[in-house]
Amino acid sequence: MDIADEPPLLQCLRIQGRVMHALLLREIITRFGRENLGVIWLVGEPMLFTSGIVTLWSMVTLHHGSAIPIVAFAVTGYSSVLLWRNCATHAAGAIAQNKSLLFHRNVRIVDVLLTRIVVEIGGATGSFIVLSLLFIYIGWMPMPDNLLKVLFGWTMLAWFGTSLALLIGAATAFSELVPRLWNPVSYLMFPISGAAFMVDWLPERLQNIVLLLPMVHGVEILREGYFHNAVAAHYNLGYMASCCLILSLSGLYVVHQASRHVDF
Amino acid sequence: MLSVEQVSKMYATRHGLRQVLKDITFRLERGENLGILGRNGAGKSTLIRLISGAEPPTSGRIRRGMSVSWPLAFSGAFQPHLTGLDNLKFVCRVYGVDYKPLVPFVEDFTELGIYFREPVMHYSHGMATRLAFALSMAIEFDCFLIDEAMVVGDVRFHERCHFELFHKRRDRAFILVTHDANVIKLYCKNACVLHDGHLLPFSSVDAAYDYYGRLMAERPEAVEQ
Repeated sequence: MDIADEPPLLQCLRIQGRVMHALLLREIITRFGRENLGVIWLVGEPMLFTSGIVTLWSMVTLHHGSAIPIVAFAVTGYSSVLLWRNCATHAAGAIAQNKSLLFHRNVRIVDVLLTRIVVEIGGATGSFIVLSLLFIYIGWMPMPDNLLKVLFGWTMLAWFGTSLALLIGAATAFSELVPRLWNPVSYLMFPISGAAFMVDWLPERLQNIVLLLPMVHGVEILREGYFHNAVAAHYNLGYMASCCLILSLSGLYVVHQASRHVDF
Repeated sequence: MLSVEQVSKMYATRHGLRQVLKDITFRLERGENLGILGRNGAGKSTLIRLISGAEPPTSGRIRRGMSVSWPLAFSGAFQPHLTGLDNLKFVCRVYGVDYKPLVPFVEDFTELGIYFREPVMHYSHGMATRLAFALSMAIEFDCFLIDEAMVVGDVRFHERCHFELFHKRRDRAFILVTHDANVIKLYCKNACVLHDGHLLPFSSVDAAYDYYGRLMAERPEAVEQ
């Protein structure tokens, strides 16, 4: 229990860990319940989504006869979308759905948002790993060429998702329009997010436009790691990192403002 | 020691900024208690939320030299999809307490029976209130913040709350806010009246009681609800 008025950093971190642990367990029970598969749905739900997309894209051979195997193309692409989109979408409901918990002094908006982000990153990552292993095992997908680069691309996308989720989640404290607008925006962003194409396949004018979107760079890095020479990847790591940094700082600023603004 | 220093709170409304609390200052030591009387909408719950730290004041400072509970209201701070037991576990994790030794107390106090392991959304109002009270008693605070919780529930529940809070924990501090002057007279040694955003101190509970009574008589329409 915090006796001091402003506890030192170490104590703050301990409280933070305690609160996030409590929120994490609570989140998993409320989201997935105890009946049937329970927590397995955390990974199962994104797996179902991705499997559906894999099937669809395989049927229409979306990738224009490129050298890349379609299953691997769909798994890397759609998992990337789920990673950042689920973070932001679930963060958009976090404050409204957890308001009653903010009665506890140590439960802050940032805890509620970070908890959801951790759950979503965990689910998307688990789904990506399990599906990849499964498809590699049955021979539908090759092994990744450079695992470290795949991991790096994935981490960059997770950073993008986290910063976006902080910004959107905290902004919902100020206006109900935010979650309402986020849904259509996220849908419209899916086809241009780099999941369903390689930048190289586009005419140059379009390339410059889609490369304005930070997540496109992340998917390109990831696919370069996975397919190596089979694709010509276009990305600018400095640009993506700068975007994520700006998003993170604005996100944290809005989180700070939101914590003085919540209406009970 | 709990110290509230020149605390003000403003809210943005459609008609501009509205000041709910104006320059509120008081201190409370362990073992002391304070009753705050105010009509509906006087800002009692806001004041309790600020003291608990759930919300920051617009200006001024609140120093907590002892552990302060969350606002013990009817059913706030609950997660409706979780069971009573899950809520106990959640609260214990947040405050860094082992929940296992507390299960018998909470089960016994709430008298929920099998409902202790059912989602809170299936509880009656009275059951939720009993759980809310038991959870805040399960965590040992130095100072309890009570938001009219004692006014609901049946006689038996009142007696048990009374015993837990005012006998077993009489060495602690508590702040009780209510619109019911009789509750304050029954439980509190000191009383204030919250009126027009100001916290008016009184030398005795009786003096506060009389003042509040006159205030009600002047504008009786505001007491109803």
